[in-house]
Amino acid sequence: MMFFFLFSVSGNASNPEFKKKKNSECLLRLRHEGLLNSCPAGVASCPASSCPFRSPRSPRLKLLESALLLGPRPTAGGMEFSELIRTGRAQAELLRGPGAPPLRGTLCVTGHHLLLSPGPQATSDLWLLLLRSVDSIEKRVAGDSGTITLRCKDLRVLQLDIEGVEATLDIARSIEALSSLESVITSFPFFYRPKGLRLGDAWHFHPPEHYYKRVARETNAWRLSEVNEDFSVCPSYPRAVIVPRAVDDDALARSARFRQGGRFPMLSYHHAPSGTVLLRSSQPLTGPQKRRCAEDEELLRAVLAGARPGARGFIVDTRSAQAAKQARMTGGGTEAKAAYPGWKRLHRPMERGRPLQESFVRLVEACGDLEQSMDRWLSRLEGCRWLAHVKEALSTACLAAQGMEREGACILVHGAEGTDSTLLVTSLAQLILDPLSRTMTGFQELVEREWIQAGHPFQLRCAHSAFSHARPKHEAPTFLLFLDCVWQLGRQFPLSLEFGEGLLLALFEHAYASPFGTFLCNSEKERCLCEVRTRTHSLWSGLNQPKEQRKLRNPLYVLNPLAIWPSVEPQSLRLWQGLFLRWTRPPEPSEAAWEKVWQIVTDKEKTEGSQPTVSASEPQP
Amino acid sequence: MEHIRTTKVEQVKLLDRFSTSNKALTGTLYLTATHLLFIDSHQKETWILHHHIASVEKLALTTSGCPLVIQCKNFRIVHFIVPRERDCHDIYNSLLQLSKQAKYEDLYAFSYNPKQNDSERLRGWQLIDLAEEYKRMGVPNSNWQLSDANREYKICETYPRELYVPRIASKPIIVGSSKFRSKGRFPVLSYYHREKEAAVCRCSQPLSGFSARCLEDEHLLQAISKANPVNRYMYVMDTRPKHRMQSWWATQKDIGRIIVRISSKIWNDEKIRESHEQKRLNAMANRAAGKGYENEDNYSNIRFQFVGIENIHVMRSSLQKLLEVNGTKGLSVNDFYSGLESSGWLRHIKAVMDAAIFLTKAIMIENASVLVHCSDGWDRTSQVCSLGSLLLDSFYRTIRGFMVLIEKDWISFGHKFSERCGHLDSDPKEVSPVFTQFLECVWHLTEQFPQAFEFNEAFLLQIHEHIYSCQFGNFLGNCQKEREELKLKEKTYSLWPFLLDDQKKYLNPLYSPKSQAVAVLEPNTVSFNFKFWRNMYHQFDRTLHPRQSVFNIIMNMNEQNKQLENDIKDLESKIKQHKNKQTDGVLTKELLHSVRPESPTLKTSLCFKEQTLLPVNDALRTIEGSNPADNRWS
Repeated sequence: MMFFFLFSVSGNASNPEFKKKKNSECLLRLRHEGLLNSCPAGVASCPASSCPFRSPRSPRLKLLESALLLGPRPTAGGMEFSELIRTGRAQAELLRGPGAPPLRGTLCVTGHHLLLSPGPQATSDLWLLLLRSVDSIEKRVAGDSGTITLRCKDLRVLQLDIEGVEATLDIARSIEALSSLESVITSFPFFYRPKGLRLGDAWHFHPPEHYYKRVARETNAWRLSEVNEDFSVCPSYPRAVIVPRAVDDDALARSARFRQGGRFPMLSYHHAPSGTVLLRSSQPLTGPQKRRCAEDEELLRAVLAGARPGARGFIVDTRSAQAAKQARMTGGGTEAKAAYPGWKRLHRPMERGRPLQESFVRLVEACGDLEQSMDRWLSRLEGCRWLAHVKEALSTACLAAQGMEREGACILVHGAEGTDSTLLVTSLAQLILDPLSRTMTGFQELVEREWIQAGHPFQLRCAHSAFSHARPKHEAPTFLLFLDCVWQLGRQFPLSLEFGEGLLLALFEHAYASPFGTFLCNSEKERCLCEVRTRTHSLWSGLNQPKEQRKLRNPLYVLNPLAIWPSVEPQSLRLWQGLFLRWTRPPEPSEAAWEKVWQIVTDKEKTEGSQPTVSASEPQP
Repeated sequence: MEHIRTTKVEQVKLLDRFSTSNKALTGTLYLTATHLLFIDSHQKETWILHHHIASVEKLALTTSGCPLVIQCKNFRIVHFIVPRERDCHDIYNSLLQLSKQAKYEDLYAFSYNPKQNDSERLRGWQLIDLAEEYKRMGVPNSNWQLSDANREYKICETYPRELYVPRIASKPIIVGSSKFRSKGRFPVLSYYHREKEAAVCRCSQPLSGFSARCLEDEHLLQAISKANPVNRYMYVMDTRPKHRMQSWWATQKDIGRIIVRISSKIWNDEKIRESHEQKRLNAMANRAAGKGYENEDNYSNIRFQFVGIENIHVMRSSLQKLLEVNGTKGLSVNDFYSGLESSGWLRHIKAVMDAAIFLTKAIMIENASVLVHCSDGWDRTSQVCSLGSLLLDSFYRTIRGFMVLIEKDWISFGHKFSERCGHLDSDPKEVSPVFTQFLECVWHLTEQFPQAFEFNEAFLLQIHEHIYSCQFGNFLGNCQKEREELKLKEKTYSLWPFLLDDQKKYLNPLYSPKSQAVAVLEPNTVSFNFKFWRNMYHQFDRTLHPRQSVFNIIMNMNEQNKQLENDIKDLESKIKQHKNKQTDGVLTKELLHSVRPESPTLKTSLCFKEQTLLPVNDALRTIEGSNPADNRWS
């Protein structure tokens, strides 16, 4: 099995000696980057049997592939990449936008990467781009050279000036084909073996059991149910879910049949100070006949009974009342008032799906135009409505949080499928209320529990970012909207989040294209089938390496035990420049300032740390 | 005093204009000779200076009482509900009288007494010495000299007594030029760039009239460009937008037509080409009215540059629109941005910034001197000259330097503070937020260059506060001559020493003066770098602000660091001392004693550490839980 066809097509370098030297140099660099696993033979020619990284072809997996449509079936000898790579190398110059100097060197296309190796005299390192992160590609030829513009999913725009028309077209076609591969198990995370990390690390950081331990310490009203052990009750839920102790597994299964996609109400967060809970689910399948489900009603009744006598509940529906009513025609609907005593329904319409994606696309478009007048910019900022979505999301989350903290009510959040805006609201509400979720590990746990394990379909939602010309099908930047809202919270409470902008930016990048397996697939079930946990590295173990910390942490963090209520007035919300204008503005001044903050903080620790030694060495009279 | 009918009203409610709940604070309203004071049930005090009041409005009677809305020049808006209409009416009338004074002598500054004696007061006024500042810049020198032409304010009433002009410009030239310039404001030095030997000069528009030219003025400009040994050409920046001049011409069409006829008579031998006709007509129309811009033909070695900053009336209504939009309760994001756009405010800020950048580039890149003017040369010219100096010279980015800059380009060169700020009950058409715009430009720079300024946002806000407060003498009057006549230095106090005493509050903890990257600032003026300045226009609406302050915490840390480092140094030097003493073998009891009493410093600093943890109170402010009584932003 060969996955790296670095040199399958001869490049421009005519001198074979030089070529050889170049090859070994490249290899060394690749190995250093952890891209080559430990199998250098895999580059040249590697018998399928001896390569330790071949994909284990268990019968189970084969079944799965056909079931999950995991992309093109590997052909004999695994030649699927080589067929797509038309040319391996070319001389090229890379322009990386303002602030970064252009780079010249040899360009190579491999199965997963675009590499630019600067000449032997250059001091700079190998430049590397994950092909998966290419969102759109544009080629232009003039004379005997060509230009490729790559727009990446992290909103970067790169320009490659390539010698040779043929080479340009070939490279463009190769990138186009390789960046749009849909197969999960041939994607890069399955081959990425970085130094210093072990497979399987950190995958057990945040299982549902872990969170349940915390809930169990706080209250006795909830239990961990394994009704979904084989994903048969709800394909998008994890194996274990937290449910009211008073409800048995059979009732859960019935309730699941009454909810879209089987997403019955489950515990999202237990707010210990007020003894209330936050639940999430999908819409009930009432349909035009206004069906009811006794077990579902019993489940919600048990929630109120478990909280405290006489507790009330609010159902926050993230659709408008009208949209909820309309959903009945297609079999959905919303909870009838009479069927759920004690629960009151509130409608907070939130944008989702295609309009949200369009909003994102238009904002990114506006941010790319450096020449526009002030008026044009402001009207485009208004027209894209992105900040209006931020405001909606934050105020709905505030509403949910306020219901729990101030009114002592239980909250159930759902929209239609319960995998998008629902998660946005529940995760933000927790961030507002729960000091633990504002720590580094707590936030990672929140993302893992409320997004990844909660079945946000990352594979579908993040298939394309803002530059793609393809018509969006399932793409929506819901997770990005969440990150933006967190950033707004961080701006308003600069001391209360243990993590900084760096972590949010990293999560954005990795959600769209990543060498790690964390954001692969659409649900736990799919991840299980693809054996993501055993065959890829977890992003969390990557991020939690000590060398990453300075980028990700907020140096000013001090534990704030209180709820953080943001202001949602338009004057208080700001465009997230660090993300949307990240590649268009020179970052130096603000980065230097950030460095200075770090310096002050570490100075403080240093001086404080060194003080005892000084006082200890004070001579005794 | 005679205006105050009611001095105290009880059971008054104070509403928060952005609070989501309709909770109100109940308290007592007091009316003093200088302030309106509200004390709520938690004994929190809200002071409003009468001079800060821009407008008072009595709304229709409601069931709970009579609403009274007070808008302040520092963008505070308070909404009281007075239980009895009679009281409300009395307060309303009193405030109307008290907020508009007819005479300078009735302003607060003349009664304000910070308990300083006369010599302290004098020292306060001498704190900023402009002669010293010109010396720092490097003038007088072989090319520039101090002119005594305006010593008695004979040439120009609105200029200061001491003016710097090119050495080769003789007095007759100056006098001649001043007659040719509006209000006699002839070209003088505003900033001298020692390294480039280039100058920033300022003046008012020429009264070039219909066909007149002024040889003296032309000579003076020649002298300015000759005073620059490196570059022979200079820029003349007209800060007014060209289209304004044209539309002004459109209103004067009839005059224009006459001019066309006369002009074709005068220059009948001259063939006016089709493409040049419009341009000529505009210029001629302006000149016909005796105003306009320099005729390019008469000035050699001069490059003319128009930068479009709008006039004071456009700026005034732009701010008004902005405030209207912001004041809306439950404002949607879209309405906010469309309001921001239609107000044009940020566009105007960008225009000022762009002009300053042009000036900076002319000096740094082309090494050319620049002459800046607008119409009268005291609004837009002050903005551009001062902002340009700020970009060029890091001294002006220090606390003291910024004071000098304001004294030089705004106060001494006759920005009409009293008229622009409406200190007295005068023509409302003269009021305009020109200086506020300057402060906003500076704020935008502090945002783009967080390490380039010694001062922080609070410093800018504090200065803005006192532009309107009339509490100190600095900003009273419209020019130096008027200030001297008012005897401000004997009767009032200067603001600057008070700000310097409070310096700690205004320091930017991230300031790195030695960084080479910020020697000359090159701001980026792409549209998305301009943001709404919430902390200025909503400085009293606490619910809109970030709930925790990074500045304070970094400031504290910085101070701790310094203190601890000093302790370390202290202790280390003592150890050294000891070791020396020990080796010398002269360790005496006294010496040991001299060491011991010092050690408590260590203890205090450790306690200090524990005290300055997080101000948890800050986080207590919640969506509607912000303490409305605590409504002074600082």
